[in-house]
Amino acid sequence: MLTGLTLTQARAGLTTRKFSARELAQAHLDAIGRLNTALNAYITVLPEADVLASADAADARYAAGTQGIMDGLPIGVKDLFCTKGVRTTAASKMLADFVPPYESTVTANLLNAGAVFLGKTNLDEFAMGSANINSAFGPTTNPWKRKGDEATALVPGGSSGGSSAAVAAGMALAATGTDTGGSIRQPAAYCGIVGLKPTYGRCSRWGTIAFASSLDQAGPMTRSVADAGLMLEAMAGFDAKDSTSSNRAVPEFHKAVGKSVKGLRVGIPAEYRAPGLPADVVAMWEQGIAWLKAAGCEVVDVSLPHTRYGLTTYYIIAPAECSSNLARYDGIRFGMRKDAPTLDGVYEATRAAGFGQEVRNRILMGTYVLSAGYYDAYYLKAQKVRTLIKRDFETAFETVDVLLTPTAPSAAFAQGENMDDPVQMYLNDIFTVPASMAGVPALSVPVGLNDAGLPLGLQVIGKHFDEETVLSVGGALEAAAGFTHVPSVHAGAGA
Amino acid sequence: MSLDLATTRRIAKLARIGLEEHALEATRQKLNGILGWIDQLAEVDVTGVPPMVGTETETLRQREDKVTDGNCRDALMACAPETSGPFYTVPKVVE
Repeated sequence: MLTGLTLTQARAGLTTRKFSARELAQAHLDAIGRLNTALNAYITVLPEADVLASADAADARYAAGTQGIMDGLPIGVKDLFCTKGVRTTAASKMLADFVPPYESTVTANLLNAGAVFLGKTNLDEFAMGSANINSAFGPTTNPWKRKGDEATALVPGGSSGGSSAAVAAGMALAATGTDTGGSIRQPAAYCGIVGLKPTYGRCSRWGTIAFASSLDQAGPMTRSVADAGLMLEAMAGFDAKDSTSSNRAVPEFHKAVGKSVKGLRVGIPAEYRAPGLPADVVAMWEQGIAWLKAAGCEVVDVSLPHTRYGLTTYYIIAPAECSSNLARYDGIRFGMRKDAPTLDGVYEATRAAGFGQEVRNRILMGTYVLSAGYYDAYYLKAQKVRTLIKRDFETAFETVDVLLTPTAPSAAFAQGENMDDPVQMYLNDIFTVPASMAGVPALSVPVGLNDAGLPLGLQVIGKHFDEETVLSVGGALEAAAGFTHVPSVHAGAGA
Repeated sequence: MSLDLATTRRIAKLARIGLEEHALEATRQKLNGILGWIDQLAEVDVTGVPPMVGTETETLRQREDKVTDGNCRDALMACAPETSGPFYTVPKVVE
């Protein structure tokens, strides 16, 4: 089944010419054709002729022996990365007809490595959300169903929910995501796949539509930990066009998977044992701890005392940066425009009509915390608390190599749940936000199913620029868990 | 701190998001709920703590002062809402 392979397996099959890149691409286009109406994982599917032409070019490179590390591998691209000549919407009405004249650095790197793009995946508008319900192009549905309750549509997580659903359902071998407060890791956990948020600065932000610039980071969403390492190798690297891009060398990340984790010190942060954490999540966490002990890790209790302020700090800093970044959508130079008699009227009408409710609310919140009289009490205070959160991690990493936590406080929930109270929705990111605030790398690995048959993920958090240790530990969890479950909606089902 | 309707109206104006009166009140309630939750930050002592700007992993660098781009007028014009010959035209933005 070509749609069920890992990147690593597909690469091996292409190298030995067991199948061609064209066959691989065609299998995925067929899967998208069958499943996208039900799942809405893609906002835009590339024209078949274009996808097959890219695949043919990849086949030619394999024949010539000049293939790159992602050559011929069909992937989805979150519709937040600008792609030259291909509509890029950020899932917003504001950019419904926006066709970028340039390619983001991350997608250009992937194209240079030979990747074949299938289309642009759905997301929460401007990456703001945790359930992929804030998309102007409709929600993405999780391919997983609760056992005995197949009728209830579950969310795929967010904001990279189209990417996670596509990878889980066999509509792409892998996909790009972006993570500002958990937008790669939480949907990966909800859909039973691997998601890696690299260290801030590993991947260039140039050409990725900005939400909160001090937090946004691109990363891979894949079916295996080794795949995440492989794809990150292609995505990462210094870019002079992003002043926050790191000029450190890009290691061969995939080689970190399979390395012994014996003797590594794994911290268990006490503050993540949140009151009310569901028993299935706690049990999976305990299981993960036991697996790592069995693999030779030393498990150490640690404390990150400011954990409980991570989310509140995030919901000041991220909206503040978003209100500034999204000021550019004013209806004048590009994107949607609503006419009005005055200039302010054009701005106000355009932004009221072009942005969905969650985006409007976050812009307003950000405007408020940055406005005269409130700046010190909210924004400056949050920046100081962010220092304390980062120090918590630095202190913990003086004694441990990685931290192990659940990725999310629950499995995927139903569309329509957690809708009335925004704070309730924000709590889904309680375990992912602190690593974003500190800028450290974090990986979600699927480790098992709960009683309802839904996947649960564990998160491995590492030191700045130490993705390799994170991947080694993630690989050990993956090997112990042996997670091979696939969702009920899948390209291979019934075939 | 609780958010009143006048302040909500003012921030909507600052953000240039046109909200009708009934939407303003609904927005006020939503934001006020979030602010009530955010107020827990008041209990954190930040005396002497410097604000964190970005993630502080890289320092700003200077690039060589040379042209690295250009001759891409057609690409730049591709997103123009209207054009006039070789020019990108927009509504009057100086009142």
